[in-house]
Amino acid sequence: MSEAKKEIRVATGDRAILPEGTKLVPIFIMGKQYRVPETMTIQKAVEYAGYQFIRSCGCRGGICGACPTVYRIAGDYHLHFCLACQTVVQADMYLTQLPFFPANRAAYDIEKVDASAETIMKLYPEVMKCVACNTCTKACPMEIEVMEYVNAAMRGDIAKAARLSFDCIQCGLCSSRCPAQIQHFHLAQLCRRLHAKYQVPAAQHLKPRVADINAGKFVNMLKELVAGDEDGLRKLYVDREMEPQESSDWQPQDKNFL
Amino acid sequence: MGYTPEMLELIKKVEASRPERLERSRKGIDFEALTLAGREEVLSRFHPDYKAAGRRDIKVGPSKGENYPDEFADVLESKARLIVSGAQLEKLTAYETEVLVIGGGGGGTSAALMAQENGCKVILATKLRHGDANTVMAEGGIQGATQEVDSPYYHYLDVIGGGHFTNTPELVAALTNDAPLVIEWLERLGLMFDKKPDGRLQVRHGGGTCRKRMHSSGDMTGSAIMRVLRDESRNRAADIKVLEFSSAVEIIKDSKGRAAGALFYNLETEEYFVVKAKATVIATGGYGRLHIQGFATTNHYGATADGLVMGYRAGVPLAFMHSTQYHPTGVAFPEQNIGLLITEKVRGLGANLLNINGEQFVFEREPRDVESACIIRECLERGNGIITATGRVGVWLDSPMIEVLEGPGAVKRELPAKYIQFMRYGIDISQVPMLVYPTLHYQNGGLKIADSSATNVDGLFAAGEATGGVHGENRLMGNSLLDITVFGRRAGINAAAYVKNFSGELSGINMDHVDAYHKELAAARIETDRVAPLILPNYTRDETMEKQLTTHYQGGIRA
Repeated sequence: MSEAKKEIRVATGDRAILPEGTKLVPIFIMGKQYRVPETMTIQKAVEYAGYQFIRSCGCRGGICGACPTVYRIAGDYHLHFCLACQTVVQADMYLTQLPFFPANRAAYDIEKVDASAETIMKLYPEVMKCVACNTCTKACPMEIEVMEYVNAAMRGDIAKAARLSFDCIQCGLCSSRCPAQIQHFHLAQLCRRLHAKYQVPAAQHLKPRVADINAGKFVNMLKELVAGDEDGLRKLYVDREMEPQESSDWQPQDKNFL
Repeated sequence: MGYTPEMLELIKKVEASRPERLERSRKGIDFEALTLAGREEVLSRFHPDYKAAGRRDIKVGPSKGENYPDEFADVLESKARLIVSGAQLEKLTAYETEVLVIGGGGGGTSAALMAQENGCKVILATKLRHGDANTVMAEGGIQGATQEVDSPYYHYLDVIGGGHFTNTPELVAALTNDAPLVIEWLERLGLMFDKKPDGRLQVRHGGGTCRKRMHSSGDMTGSAIMRVLRDESRNRAADIKVLEFSSAVEIIKDSKGRAAGALFYNLETEEYFVVKAKATVIATGGYGRLHIQGFATTNHYGATADGLVMGYRAGVPLAFMHSTQYHPTGVAFPEQNIGLLITEKVRGLGANLLNINGEQFVFEREPRDVESACIIRECLERGNGIITATGRVGVWLDSPMIEVLEGPGAVKRELPAKYIQFMRYGIDISQVPMLVYPTLHYQNGGLKIADSSATNVDGLFAAGEATGGVHGENRLMGNSLLDITVFGRRAGINAAAYVKNFSGELSGINMDHVDAYHKELAAARIETDRVAPLILPNYTRDETMEKQLTTHYQGGIRA
């Protein structure tokens, strides 16, 4: 039998159990030194140090944008940007988190705008002040070509701006660094919505389906299922015609419930 | 970074057995699947839902006698943070509105948008930031019968069959009927759906679907939906006021017993305040961060069941809270990815699950619950798990097999997000296996609602993961994003209708129901200093807490 059998002391939840001899490294949270295990993420190291997050913590999985973090390593002038939940601590890192960054968001009526450079200019005129320093791109923890999409938006290439910005988690690091005071992530969101609504063709097949539903076409079919007994439902379930994986022209035999 | 020398040593055993396993795999020889009796045995002994240990009958409230996991029973059998008098509630009233939405995820935001569209002033309050919710973590997609070969009828059959025919039928009908309406709504709001060049929505199969109806927006559908809904709510800021870092701690009622808003705690100034509202929507999500039976979770930081506690004290019964979805393969190493999901596709592509000796111990395509139970048994009963330096236990998922079976480059091509996620920590999953363990993924149950999203308490609505019944005992992929949007919208629409027909004034606001709940606790001889809602999970180390001499904890937070 393996040794594991003797010692099943399993870490629960998000708290780690540290083995004997775990190496601790010094980090500086807002300038104050704490010693934390070297393998931890910044997020868990801050908790290990004794903080309880109210801000700067969300999904803990790199997608919500709540934990943007800025750090320097002692003795090195380079500034680094990351997500605290996705980055392992390093010895002598001086860090702070950016729980919020002010950014004006222009209000608009999505039904009354168009996907043009004019819309961008009207809602976010500061875009034109971009000095092409690329600082925004360097600050992005998602490795988005931020300056590229800002330039695309400036030219009215909304489609490109939408595509390039797709992975944006709206953490705000780009806007915190911009010498031109651009509010990138709101601009990017505008571009994605304009692109999806006005440049990509609408799903024509959706319209008759929505009309049918609004006319109550499926109400009675669903009522029958709601009232159905379990044996009957089991039979219907087992007898479902399965659409194949490769199915460009596939049609079901039974079209009574379509 | 990467695996420790000890783990690399263990991986040699995986590599040693790999040629033989590949040979078997090429011949189509799988590890023997369990019989139905075998499945039942391993489920009853090791699946957290079936195990008698770690669960108990709840002694108070409208679902008294139901059997729940201890961690959840603990928050139900807890005291309120405080009970204040009606006069004090009046004094604490900071806002009055028509519709109050508690919860800032996709469900709450859908409710806020629809209540506004139906003529109401709305306050949306959330304990974290607007959008910090499980919604953003949903990657797979959103179901909806939008294609000609499909209809709500077939979607219904898939949902109820997937839920082992236990689902609440009326909720399934609402879910499937509204699905295409939701897809169209999101398209109209400017969601970047994956489409064909002519605009036709791209659809795929999901587990348990008879027609292709999984819609997606890249591999971050939930995030894309949340971004659009939140952005749209900001366009309507004149009518939708958002209160962040404001945690609801109790529903309040008026003299007629109708919901009248909620008591809130400002997490930063530590003040309490009241939002008075004619209608209230609970859209607070699930309970992953209670870490049921110690499991790691895929859930976000705020998933602590607050809305369930508040709704339950207000008199709303629970449904299906005995049932939790565990995903068999959550990350067990590295620590920074703990609990995060590894898609079933990895096993679908041919990767074996292996114990510390490099041996197979389970058929890789058992149902989710059975697969999870087998992994737990291998680790905890047989002691064949791999223990990490941070005290985690797990088994190997042999992803390098995919490179051999599907050809070089297959891992990176088929699993781009996972590949990058591990490479970040110096682990190349095309060359070395991943360490996995089941992870707490989804709360199947929740507050009982009608298909209008109304609860049994007048003026109180609920939507999304905070509710139970629509998925029965098992949820299909792609139906959670649908659940929150369908029932979020219904909650908003019906809350607005309720406000329009509202008679009289909100008067005599009180917390009498909380007082009564405390009396019930006393009558059941539950003596406890536990406080709920938890608000946040507590990850402070014991060593730290011992030295916080002047501090105590209320729920999960320092007070």
